[in-house]
Amino acid sequence: MSFTPEEAEVLWLSLRVALWSVVVSLPFAVAVAYVLARASFPGKTLFDAAVHLPLVLPPVVVGYFLLLLFGRRGPLGEILDQWFGIVIAFRWTGAALAAGIMGFPLMVRAIRLSFETLDRKLEDAASTLGAGWMGVFLTVTLPLALPGVITGVLLSFARSLGEFGATITFVSNIPGETRTLPLAIYTYTQVPSGDAAALRLSAIAVLLSLGALYLSEVMVRRATRRVRGDDAVA
Amino acid sequence: MLSLDIERSLGDFRLAASFEAGEGVTALFGRSGAGKTSVVNAIAGILHPDGGRIEINGETMFDAARGINVPTPKRHVGYVFQEGRLFPHLSVRQNLNYAGLFSRGMPASEFDRVVALLGLRELLERRPGNLSGGEKQRVAIGRALLSSPRLLLLDEPLASLDAHRKQEVLQYIELIRDEVKVPIVYVSHAVEEVVRIADTVVLMSAGSVLAVGPAEDVMGRPDLRPGEGAFEGGAVIDAKVVEQDMEHDIATLAFDGGTLTATNVDALIGEPVRVRIRARDVSIALERPRRISIQNVLQGTITGVTAGSNGIVDVAIEVGGTILRSRVTRRAVEQLGLAEGLPVYAMVKAVSLTRAGSPPA
Repeated sequence: MSFTPEEAEVLWLSLRVALWSVVVSLPFAVAVAYVLARASFPGKTLFDAAVHLPLVLPPVVVGYFLLLLFGRRGPLGEILDQWFGIVIAFRWTGAALAAGIMGFPLMVRAIRLSFETLDRKLEDAASTLGAGWMGVFLTVTLPLALPGVITGVLLSFARSLGEFGATITFVSNIPGETRTLPLAIYTYTQVPSGDAAALRLSAIAVLLSLGALYLSEVMVRRATRRVRGDDAVA
Repeated sequence: MLSLDIERSLGDFRLAASFEAGEGVTALFGRSGAGKTSVVNAIAGILHPDGGRIEINGETMFDAARGINVPTPKRHVGYVFQEGRLFPHLSVRQNLNYAGLFSRGMPASEFDRVVALLGLRELLERRPGNLSGGEKQRVAIGRALLSSPRLLLLDEPLASLDAHRKQEVLQYIELIRDEVKVPIVYVSHAVEEVVRIADTVVLMSAGSVLAVGPAEDVMGRPDLRPGEGAFEGGAVIDAKVVEQDMEHDIATLAFDGGTLTATNVDALIGEPVRVRIRARDVSIALERPRRISIQNVLQGTITGVTAGSNGIVDVAIEVGGTILRSRVTRRAVEQLGLAEGLPVYAMVKAVSLTRAGSPPA
């Protein structure tokens, strides 16, 4: 099976959007997960709810808010445009932003769970050996939470690949710029002769998702063995 | 040098502990739940007392009144936890080097010395996941030592080991005590361990300190020994080897109340040893017994008669400057008329060696 130039373009764009959305949101997700797992402060419940909002809001609403904020005349969009010459509305970067926000709660949940379940006594041990909180975080907490981080990355990557509502609302459906896999499939279903093409793209989507799931499963298993120390028996 | 005076309330439990610990091994001894681990956690800075102060080598680590609380990483206290707490994702070598990541680095010679001392060479590339319990504790001790600690805390380091591993790790701890000049605070509820390893004993019960003193004093006082069956009480005596009869495998030991003989003493003439005489192994006679198999008969004076439960009486006998304990029945006390001031002969059936070859600090 070889891709048509159009399919290749859609595929490449989708991967680029999903990859960037994951890479950029990961540090924020780790920080938010850490704060939610460890800190207690007034308004924490509200903060937690806000982080989870994209999970329960209609994606169109998220896309619309993004358009209001980051559109050329939106408060943030205007600043970005005038000061830095950056426009993200109706660009692939905007698609990545929308995808990243929609996948954010999934990423945070998975990482937070592993922060909450790891053996905190090991962190105490690290601090008696001279590690400050940053040292403890980088050498003990984060490595031990790796299985959760990988799971979070995969979930949000898969969510990004499938993002539709927020994307089409925020950055529209521009071929070669914002037409990702789901948008392309949708477009083909709207024309009378598009069934075959829609089916081919759907098959690609299935393969892509399966591949991502498989890869993450392998990586999580490895990471879990490593943090448990089971892999030492070689 | 450790000087500590802390208090903390947690629900119904109130911890109020105050003691000083010098060179050598200080044992925090008492039942589980006595607050021993809370004390070492406070020393390490993992637990914050409500009040009081903690000083290590004259430096204030914690002082509630002055608002001083040095954070754990800056206290330079080596901590060996009951469960080892090795980092599972790192190799033994990386575990040992862990403290080096956060200090100006340790000289390679120090690493080699600790690895050799604890016999860790073969384990370096392995992961904690496939070490035995004893190996894990040895690595944990090495890791703590390599953080250049001013004080080493050992919290029941043998608790999760089987009897055989206990002996193995205990030998390494004794080696550390003698080879590395670092004060050690050793938490335990096991009499055998404390008697064998401690120079000073801090006896704790229900959150407070009942007694502090040299091991032979504190461990010899039956009134202060909580949670311990009639089998275990007794006297701890520091003595010196004066004669070795190789043919009969019997050594003669001198202490300040006379001499004792013991079998199987692995020490040279002139070397100090510590022996333990359990109260159940001491019988009392009013006249010097003749033609008996017991080798150790010591003349002394009764200094105390304490009735215990179940018809058992604890009799303290002063022999020279040493107090021996004897456990007899109440009927025997009545028949022989045992009372304070009475001169008696203590017949010692068994002398067990708890420490050989190293002088108490």
